[in-house]
This record gives sequence, structure tokens and C-alpha cells, in this order.
Amino acid sequence: MSGIEELAIRLRASLGHERVVTDRQELRTYECDGLAHYKVVPALVALPQNTAQVAEVVRACADAGVPFVARGSGTGLSGGALPHADGVLIVTAQMRAIRSISPEDERAVVEPGVINLQVTRAATPHGYYYAPDPSSQQICSIGGNVAENSGGAHCLKYGFTTNHVTGLEVVTPDGAITRLGGRAPDAPGYDLLGAFVGSEGTLGVATEVTVRLTRLPESVRTLLAAFRGTDEAGAATSAIIGAGVVPAAIEMMDALAIEAAEAAVACGYPAGAGAVLIVELDGPSAEVAAQFDEVNRLCEANGAFEIRIAADDAERALFWKGRKSAFAAVGRISPDYIVQDGVIPRTALPEVLRRIDELAAAHGVRVANVFHAGDGNLHPLVLFDDAVEGQAERAEEASGAIIDLCIEYGGSITGEHGVGADKAKYMPRMFTDDDLDTMQLVRCAFDPAGIANPGKIFPTPRLCGERPGRHRGAVEYEGAEVF
Amino acid sequence: MPVLDDLARPGTDDDAVGGVPARLVAAPGSTEEAAALIAAAQDLTVVIRGAGTKIDWGVPPQALDLIIDTRRLSGVVEHAAGDLITIVRAGTPLAEIALGDQVLALDGPAGSTVGGTVAVNTSGPRRLHYGTVRDLLIGITVVRPDGKVAKSGGKVVKNVAGYDLGKLFTGSYGTLGLITECAFRLHPRPRSLAYVRAKAPAEEAARVREARVAPAAIEIDSASGELAVLVEGTPEGVRERSALLAKLLGGDVADDPPAWWGVDPWPSDGIGMKLSVPLSAVPELAAGGDPVRGSAGTGVLYAAADGITQVERLRAQCVRLGGHAVVLTAPSPVRDILDMWGPVPGLALMRRVKDQFDPGHRFAPGRFVGGI
Ligand SMILES: Cc1cc2nc3c(=O)[nH]c(=O)nc-3n(C[C@H](O)[C@H](O)[C@H](O)COP(=O)(O)OP(=O)(O)OC[C@H]3O[C@@H](n4cnc5c(N)ncnc54)[C@H](O)[C@@H]3O)c2cc1C
Repeated sequence: MSGIEELAIRLRASLGHERVVTDRQELRTYECDGLAHYKVVPALVALPQNTAQVAEVVRACADAGVPFVARGSGTGLSGGALPHADGVLIVTAQMRAIRSISPEDERAVVEPGVINLQVTRAATPHGYYYAPDPSSQQICSIGGNVAENSGGAHCLKYGFTTNHVTGLEVVTPDGAITRLGGRAPDAPGYDLLGAFVGSEGTLGVATEVTVRLTRLPESVRTLLAAFRGTDEAGAATSAIIGAGVVPAAIEMMDALAIEAAEAAVACGYPAGAGAVLIVELDGPSAEVAAQFDEVNRLCEANGAFEIRIAADDAERALFWKGRKSAFAAVGRISPDYIVQDGVIPRTALPEVLRRIDELAAAHGVRVANVFHAGDGNLHPLVLFDDAVEGQAERAEEASGAIIDLCIEYGGSITGEHGVGADKAKYMPRMFTDDDLDTMQLVRCAFDPAGIANPGKIFPTPRLCGERPGRHRGAVEYEGAEVF
Repeated sequence: MPVLDDLARPGTDDDAVGGVPARLVAAPGSTEEAAALIAAAQDLTVVIRGAGTKIDWGVPPQALDLIIDTRRLSGVVEHAAGDLITIVRAGTPLAEIALGDQVLALDGPAGSTVGGTVAVNTSGPRRLHYGTVRDLLIGITVVRPDGKVAKSGGKVVKNVAGYDLGKLFTGSYGTLGLITECAFRLHPRPRSLAYVRAKAPAEEAARVREARVAPAAIEIDSASGELAVLVEGTPEGVRERSALLAKLLGGDVADDPPAWWGVDPWPSDGIGMKLSVPLSAVPELAAGGDPVRGSAGTGVLYAAADGITQVERLRAQCVRLGGHAVVLTAPSPVRDILDMWGPVPGLALMRRVKDQFDPGHRFAPGRFVGGI
């Protein structure tokens, strides 16, 4: 009997038959996350219903020396939830209870499979909401958000997932259940909570998450400003930030992204716009009113030829509809695309966008830009047609060159989508061997056997207990198809 | 060991840490020099010292061969105003970081260094709006106990590449290595601010939060029965918001905070405690008979204790309310018999982290939770 067969027997006994999947056909539905060109069929899928069952699965994996990968909704864009061919995929889809909403503590306690937007839905009647709002918030899970330290349009003002998670219950890779942080702030000891958030499933499985709830703002005002090009829109962004205004969000779309959004959702943005900005301010009415006028003026001063101010929630939703649907919409104008997630210092925006244009031209591909302008988090969408010989390779090259550009300007290879399987190869461009080695000291503390989501984030795993500097060879993705 | 010989001087009485004398003191002037020093000090026990404002916090070290003084690791490396970030060396005093119309929103006592503030994770009233070190630190450079230099994060605010070692080093009390450089996100200096001061019980903090005026700080001082709120923003906005709060609380609008604002409530030779509880438990803690002071908007308060009985009473109360109570500082006779940290969830994992970074247990030995 193979290791996996034995594992399946053990897990069926403890989780029940219907929560252990080994049927090849059914396993296939889990072969990829949101980055569909990486595909690996897992050996087994477990669907635990509670913490004890997660611990049971992890312990079984630890005993058998079998790797495991956690999966929430599978919307990740870096191959973070890409299964291991000989491993177990732990899917949190059956852990979707909101355990408590406590406005008096400004906290909610939820299971990891809970969908991001559901937390806000449950808190809104009390006058609160959950601030981190990835564009995928209708489908992605809080556990996935924790693992990726996900961001969203409104993170410019409110911070990222890591600023809104105050407590975790985690199953560490040895199967032990540990609490990190909680309802109260500032737990004594190392901030392991802070280390866990953003660790992409490599330090264990989050089984319960305590999040901060934010008071709903008194006032929200949104404008859509149309510019001739991205230079003007970038200058307006810098002017707004430079004036000391901290908007809730500043989002930019370029001509190609607008074209895609129009084709998909007919958002009706101003005709002839080479770039649009969506700027949203929120807070006490008295503050928002004063700052909104200023933003309006700064957009005009920097060349906005049309400014629309959302009159009501419906119009505001329409502004956002174009932006939030942009990724998917790109499918309307191109059969295939790669999404990048690099970050640059905001002041370098116009220059970097120009250089991306040059790169695109040099590689014979088109690049659509739709991104979080306020914090310099680019999402260049490199468009190509896989059916055309050589285009995929050229798109991949252009995409790598864009990453180099972000690093050259002092930025990062990823602002919110994570490193996962996709960008592990780029990590040495941003960090030295010693940097990566030091991060892996944390990994070794949590997971000395290296069974939690192996092969993600780090291009070369550190053999724990080994003296720094010596590495064993890189792991290969068995069966992974990379373009 | 030429680096050691070049940099180190013998310790004096003034260099003792919690009564433990230091054999040597060395002040490296760069990350590279610090790395060389630490590489040469592989057999020595080490305590890191900034301006020394918090050197009496934590448990005294079990052994102390070498103090690494960070004050020569000083200065602003970069201030990119348009990007709202700064990179500063660890020994730079917070008060000396000039950022024009921007602020590094960390409340620290005068003179405390950046590295010290990060290492002991101090915070003040404005944590309600700006968060604490963990929320503002976007990149860090450290020297590991084995002398290797490592960095994580970077100088852009949004960045999820790799583990966030900045968070791990925040509040680590020098037990994982030496912090040499920090990158922070900045905020625009508010154009206007006002304090609303009132005689009001801690319960009123909840009404302030519900009022949707986005205060920067809500502080209470149970001894005086006062509650004070800081409002920051545009002149028009601040005027309107503070007037609304003054009415709500039956208080006054003032340009200055009350005298107790952000001040530790214990005498310099006393027992100082940090208490953290869920927000809804703040009124109960404040009404408990032991005077407390601090952030009613976040649930982090401070108290002076007169002895072990009071420490234990406060700790029992905080733990029952779902929080923590840590003794930050105490005079030596009390410190020797006191559990300064109290119960620490996740301690086993923390020990494993320490073992990875500092297998010889040479950095700040015994100063941290669980004897780490
Ligand atoms: C259309 C679209 C728009 C998007 N927009 C944004 C955006 O604006 N901002 C943004 O940040 N991201 C965005 N994303 C990316 C993605 O939605 C986020 O990364 C999200 O957090 C992933 O959640 P998930 O539940 O789908 O996680 P999965 O994809 O299932 O998993 C992601 C990672 O989390 C790990 N993981 C999952 N659950 C757990 C757990 N309980 N414990 C430990 N590890 C776990 C997995 O192992 C994996 O490494 C977008 C994706 C799509 C498809």
C-alpha cells in the first residue's frame, strides 16, 4: 500500500468518507488556483470541518512525511495554492462560520473559509465593516487573505490584512494547535502573528481568524477624473498625496484597460480618456468636504478634462464597476494575459509607465495598466495570444523585464498577490542569499521538516539545522506546466 | 579579534544593565562594522543599547560580556517626501528626525532611539489612528547573532515579498539580533489639531468611537477621572469635530493635552505595568480601583503598582478579561522575585524561533518571555 493510500484510510476514519477525496476526476477540480497555467493534481484532498480535523490531517501528514497545501477559495494569483503532486490539499470550504461579531470590541471572529465580503455584510448592521477589500472580495476567503496579506483599493488609507488581523488560531506543521494574539492588542512575546500573516501557507494552517472591525465612515465621496494620458494622471496622484490628503483610494486605468472595461461592463467612462483616476475620500463629513474640493482642484490643475462626481451610491458603484471588473474584462480584448503585481515608489509612476510602454513595444506585446496608483502597486496585464507561435515566451519575457524595472526603482516584485510558485524565481533579484536564509530561519522554527506548502516563496529551501549558506537543490514541480 | 580591540572599551559602573556589569562596550558606526563586530564576538554574551531610556525594561541579562551601543549608527539615510517614506539608522533619536511637513507617527519619550523604540515596541496615544511600530515599519536591516546581515521588506509601503521580519524584530528586546536600519511609512503632518478634555468615565470612550469623528487618540486617566480626545485634520474639520465631541462629553476644547497625556504613571524607581484588554473591558479595568492611564480607544493602558500583590491582582484581572499584563520595569528587589511577563501564549514556538536565530542564547540572554 502506498503512503497516500494509508493516509487516506487514516483520514477517512477520522474525518468521514465524504471529506476525503481521492477520485482522480474530482481531484482535478483542484489542480490550479487563479493562476491557471500552473497545474498539479494533488494526491488527496481533505475537507475538514473544524480545527480538530485540520490538526488531524496535518498530524497525519507529519507522521507520514507527506507535504500539505492549504487552500481557501483558490483565487490566488501566484500559484500559492498550487497542490503538491504527492501531497494533501487541505481545503477550508467547509469552515465558513462567522463565530462572532463584536462591535463593542471592534472585532469579528471567523473561520478561515469565510468569504471576505461576508464579514463586512455581517458587521454593517452594527455600523462597522472589514476594511481590507481585495477586488476578489466576493469570492476569496479570509484564510487566503491572511496567507497572502491581501490588499485592496482602500488599503491606501486603512492598511493591509496584516494591519487588521489581531488574532489567529493556527495548526502548525507538527499538528499542534497554537493561538497567536487575540482580541486584546499587544500580546507579550515575539509577534508571530505578524510573521504568520503573509507567509503564504508555509508556516501552517490558520483555523480561526480574529479581525479588527472598522467604524463605517460618516461620509464617502468619489470622483472619476479623465486625463489625456497616464503622465497627467500620475502627476495628479502625486499632487494629491503631496498636498497632505490621504484618500481612501486612488486607482488608475490606462486607455487599454478602459477599452477592456467598456467592452465588458459598459461603464461609460469619459470618451477619449487616455487615463482615468478614481479618487475616493471618506471620513467625518467636515473633513471630507474640505478635502474633496482640494482633490477636485488638483485634478483640474493637472489636466483633467472631465471630472464626474458620484451623486449617489449607484453612480459610485458604476465608477468602481469598471475598475473592479478590469482584470476579467481584459479577457475580452485578448485571449491570454499575465498579471504582474510589482510595486514602485509612487513618484516614479510616470517614468515607469513610459518604460513599460517601451518594453511592450520591444517585445511586440500589449500591456494594459490598471492599478493602485496611491501606493504605487502596478498591475500590468501583459496581453498575448498563446495560439500565435512565440507570443507566450515574449509575454513572459516582458513580464520579467517589468519586474526588473520595479526592483530597479527600489520597489517590490509583489504588492499583494504573493510570491507563491510563480515569483519564487524572482526573489533572488530582490533579496540576497542571506536575506532569504534569514527568513527561512522562521520557516525552520515552524516547519523543520519542510512539509507546509513546500516550494513556494523560496527558490531554494533551507535544510533546517544546517549551517547557513549551504543549500540542497531546488525542488521541481512535478507535472507543473509553466507556459 | 582586531575589530573587538579597535571598537571596544571596558565597561564602567554606568554601563551595568539591571545591576549586571558589562565587561566591554562597543559602538559600531555602520552596518558593516556592526556585522564585523558581532562576527568577532561569537563567544560573548551581548546586550544592545540605544539611548538607554528603556535599558531597565525587561529582566536583567543572565550574563553580559559586551554592550553594543547603537548611537553611532545614526542619521536619516533617505527621506522620500513624495513617497511618504524614510529610512533611518537605528541609533537616531526619534526627536532628531526632521521631516518637514511629514511625521513619523511614533510616540516615544524624548531621546529614545529608533532601534530602541522598535525593539521594545513602545507606543503612545496616537496608536489609535496611526497604529504602532508594526504598522509603520516597512523594511528592516539586521545583523544576526552569527554576524550575517539580512534585510526584509523594502522602502515601498505595499510589499508582500517574503516574510515580514520587521514584525518579528518589533518588540523582540534585542534577543534576535541587532537592528541597524529601519524604513518607515510617514504621514502628512496634520494642518490642525485640538484636544477635547472632559471629566468622564471610561464608558464614554465607546460613545466617542461611535460618533464617527475619527479621533487620533482617546485617552483616559482614572485617577483624575478625565478623558481626553485628540482630533487632527483640516482647520474647518477639526473645529467642527472637536465642538461636536465637547458637546457629547460635556467638556472643553483645548490647544494642549492634559498634563498626564502620554506620561508613564509610575515614578522612575517604581513598578510600571502595561495592561492590554479587549475594548469592551476598558471600563471595568478603569473602575477596578487600581488607577490606570492610557488608550481607551485601543485597550492599552498603563499602571503603577506598589508591590507584587497589586501586580498579581491587575494581572489576574486582565487575564480574566481576555488580555495581558506585563511588568515593563521594576526596582531590583521586586524584579528578582517577580514574573515580569505573565502567561505567554505560543511560548513553545517562540523558543524555537529564538533557537534558530540565536542557538547559543547569547543575545540578551534571559531578558525576554519565558527566559528567552
Ligand atoms: C479577479 C481577481 C481579483 C483579485 N484582486 C485582488 C486584490 O485586489 N488584492 C489582492 O490582494 N488580491 C487579489 N486577488 C488575489 C486573491 O484573491 C487573494 O490572494 C486572496 O487572498 C486569495 O484568497 P483565496 O481564499 O482564494 O486563497 P487561495 O488561492 O485558496 O490560497 C492562497 C494562499 O493562501 C494559502 N491559504 C489559504 N487558506 C489558508 C489557511 N487557512 N491557512 C494558511 N494558508 C492558507 C494557500 O496555501 C495559498 O498559499 C485577486 C484575484 C482575482 C481572481
